[in-house]
Amino acid sequence: MNAMPLWKRVIILAICAWGIVAAAPNLNYANIERHNDARAAVEAAGGTATPDQQADLDLWPNFLPSSLVNLGLDLRGGAHLLAEVQVADVYKARMDALWPDVRDALRDQRDAVGNVRRLPSPDGTLRVAISEPGGMAAALEAVRALATPVVSLTGVGQNDIDVSAEGLEIVIQLSQAERTATDDRTIQQSLEIVRRRVDEVGTREPTIQRQGADRILIQVPGIGSAAELKALIGTTAKLTFNPVVGRTTDAGASPGARNLLLPSMDEPGTFFIVEESPVVTGEELVDAQPAFDQNNRPAVNFRFNPQGARKFGDYTAANIGAPFAIVLDDEVISAPTIQSHIAGGSGIITGSFTVEESTELAVLLRAGALPAELTFLEERTIGPELGQDSIDAGQTAALIAMGAVVFFMIASYGLFGAFATVALGINVALLFGALSTIGGTLTLPGIAGIVLTIGMAVDANVLVFERIREELRNAKNPARAVQLGYEKALSAIIDANITTFITATVLFAVGSGPVRGFAITLGIGIITSVFTALFVTRVLVEMWIGWRRPKTIIV
Amino acid sequence: MAFRLRLAPEHTNINFFAYQRLTLAISALMMAASVALWAVMGLNFGIDFQGGTTIRTESNQPVDVAAYRTAMAGLELGDVAITEVFDPSFDDDQFVAQVRIAAQDGSEAVTPETIQIVEEALKTVDPSITFPSVESVGPKVSGELILSAILAVLGASGAILVYIWLRFEWQYAVGAVAALVHDIIITIGVFALFQIKFDLAIVAALLTILGYSINDTVVIFDRLRENMIKFKTMPLRDVMNLSANETLSRTLMTTGTTLIALIAMLIFGGDVIRGFVFAITFGIVIGTYSSVYVAKNLVLLIGLDRSDKPKKNGTPDEYANIDA
Repeated sequence: MNAMPLWKRVIILAICAWGIVAAAPNLNYANIERHNDARAAVEAAGGTATPDQQADLDLWPNFLPSSLVNLGLDLRGGAHLLAEVQVADVYKARMDALWPDVRDALRDQRDAVGNVRRLPSPDGTLRVAISEPGGMAAALEAVRALATPVVSLTGVGQNDIDVSAEGLEIVIQLSQAERTATDDRTIQQSLEIVRRRVDEVGTREPTIQRQGADRILIQVPGIGSAAELKALIGTTAKLTFNPVVGRTTDAGASPGARNLLLPSMDEPGTFFIVEESPVVTGEELVDAQPAFDQNNRPAVNFRFNPQGARKFGDYTAANIGAPFAIVLDDEVISAPTIQSHIAGGSGIITGSFTVEESTELAVLLRAGALPAELTFLEERTIGPELGQDSIDAGQTAALIAMGAVVFFMIASYGLFGAFATVALGINVALLFGALSTIGGTLTLPGIAGIVLTIGMAVDANVLVFERIREELRNAKNPARAVQLGYEKALSAIIDANITTFITATVLFAVGSGPVRGFAITLGIGIITSVFTALFVTRVLVEMWIGWRRPKTIIV
Repeated sequence: MAFRLRLAPEHTNINFFAYQRLTLAISALMMAASVALWAVMGLNFGIDFQGGTTIRTESNQPVDVAAYRTAMAGLELGDVAITEVFDPSFDDDQFVAQVRIAAQDGSEAVTPETIQIVEEALKTVDPSITFPSVESVGPKVSGELILSAILAVLGASGAILVYIWLRFEWQYAVGAVAALVHDIIITIGVFALFQIKFDLAIVAALLTILGYSINDTVVIFDRLRENMIKFKTMPLRDVMNLSANETLSRTLMTTGTTLIALIAMLIFGGDVIRGFVFAITFGIVIGTYSSVYVAKNLVLLIGLDRSDKPKKNGTPDEYANIDA
């Protein structure tokens, strides 16, 4: 008979064995996950394991495969946020920063342009009025001299600002190329800061990725709620150290020119009047760590960079005995009195913090400020119990589906049905093996996809078996009938599965989150079920025919 | 002979065209009814497509919808819908409800403060209440999600049309895609009729129905193509009947196993994805019907060119002449 060559059988069996080995770790999910986490932690810490970590490491031997299927947020629980970066915020800051330069440039041409005045204008444009109409050409030239070429791939040869004249007004705007380049930088920077802030709290496998032109998708498994996640990433921790002018309990008190009236964080009803321009700011911080003060209360240690350290040192030297305010996001955390000259640029912030608050404050100080505001377009919180319930329900359904399909197949096709059953088991193993290896994410619809695959996987087998039945009716010998059955069923199997695969691809392309998880399991399921139906059952059937050499077979 | 479960007798000779006028009329009627239901009752869009917030509550006290409603009445949240959720997999003291709040004017997503107020209000009714899931979608995103969902269904249908056209003839492609449109419209009609929540996952289910239904259709078309070579002089209608009869046992078998798996998921899979699984289950039943009664019948109506012109790349004898 014209059976498959040996090498082909060996490859097929090897692939099956690989699938089983690769899928196996998922049976011991909880322990292997702890093992993997401990291993990652130990590697990050430089190779030494704490006793706890060692215990976790011992849960699973290192030499065995340990890739697991990622569980999606809907199964593990966690928070999902879709944020839009308000890129236009940066334009405003750029224009505000440009104004002093424009003013100075025009001041040099005072004879020609006369008086220079900034006019109110929408965010992202700068309008400057001059008083001498004859000086417009000179003014434009002076302002244009401030432009610099855009550094980007697409904007080569363009300047960063567009300058035009409208009557007696000069209108300055960021050029299109510069806007594109700025937007890109803003998103990258925001992504980086969000990533650092999320990483600081150390959850497992957060997803932080850019989506579209100006969006960031943030998925953090294991976090309590989307609100918590927002608090973590959304806060722009703005820390300043300002000289204190006085304190009051009058919320309506007038702070006076260039001063600010700020509420106290610890003492409700107390307000501080502080100077508007800070001595040092959080941008000059290089490090912040949660710590405890001498009374063992939670506090935050911080350290300035050299410039910040010098300014801070000079100020404290000159103002011994005077209070200064530590201001966080327009609230006075504390206003200690300077006891001595603080050299070296490090200090400690005390206040009535809990340990969590001091940790979070340290994180926020260290991560820096977001370049632009984030608005949240979509947020989802899924509790871990709900996810576990879904996993349990999915498991039950998959087992029942499998049992029913096995019964159905064996009742309908006897021994051949049993072959198909073995192939179905291998199919599920291959599916999980592939998912684990490529790091695919299993979601709740993904579980439904697996159950659907279990139901549909036998389709190709059914096509083949029905075909073999027909060939047997034409009184072919068994081996020949089997061979013809496989060959003639091929075109229907291929066409039918390619069309389904097309829909899985479309789903993957346009779907997001759970739907994409469904597309992945459906797509992989199609590939593995065609493979198992065409090759695995065939190897089994041919091996059986080669072994028993039956005169007649009943399918 | 050993016992074998048979879903169809070994040789069937059903005339699938006997009631072709009736079945086409029924299909047309169901599609019209679906569109009418859709227009009159509308779809119960989930927050994915409409914006807003859903909060799932869980408690060991029975859900008192009226009390929940009263507690939230003073919060001025606009449209609030509260439904109790039942599922056989719940424990005896597990009571679940779904609170849905419409999108608030002028905000992209519901603020955490709003959610907190709602949670606190509900806690006054039932102190043991917990909130296993809270989801908010802003109107901006929901608009885009609608667009991408429509594009997904159109894109998938288009890609299938092109593939079938390349592998078969254009008549088959038209028949197959008409059957798909039929399945999708009727499934959406059922969602309108029972006001089942229609969200992104349901769109995924619709695409799965596309894939499954075309699967069935292609198997029959493939056999048809083969038989048209074998029986060159047999009238098209008879070849089609023969092909459908020959593949009937496979069609019933595959639909049977898939339905068993899906029904297991429908019963034991939990309430979170019940709508999704229901859509697929219903779609598979309607998809099987449409491949037998819609796709093929339309091809017959359009007619096939059976002259012996050179075939396209997907030639019928590509796999069929092996034992010649």
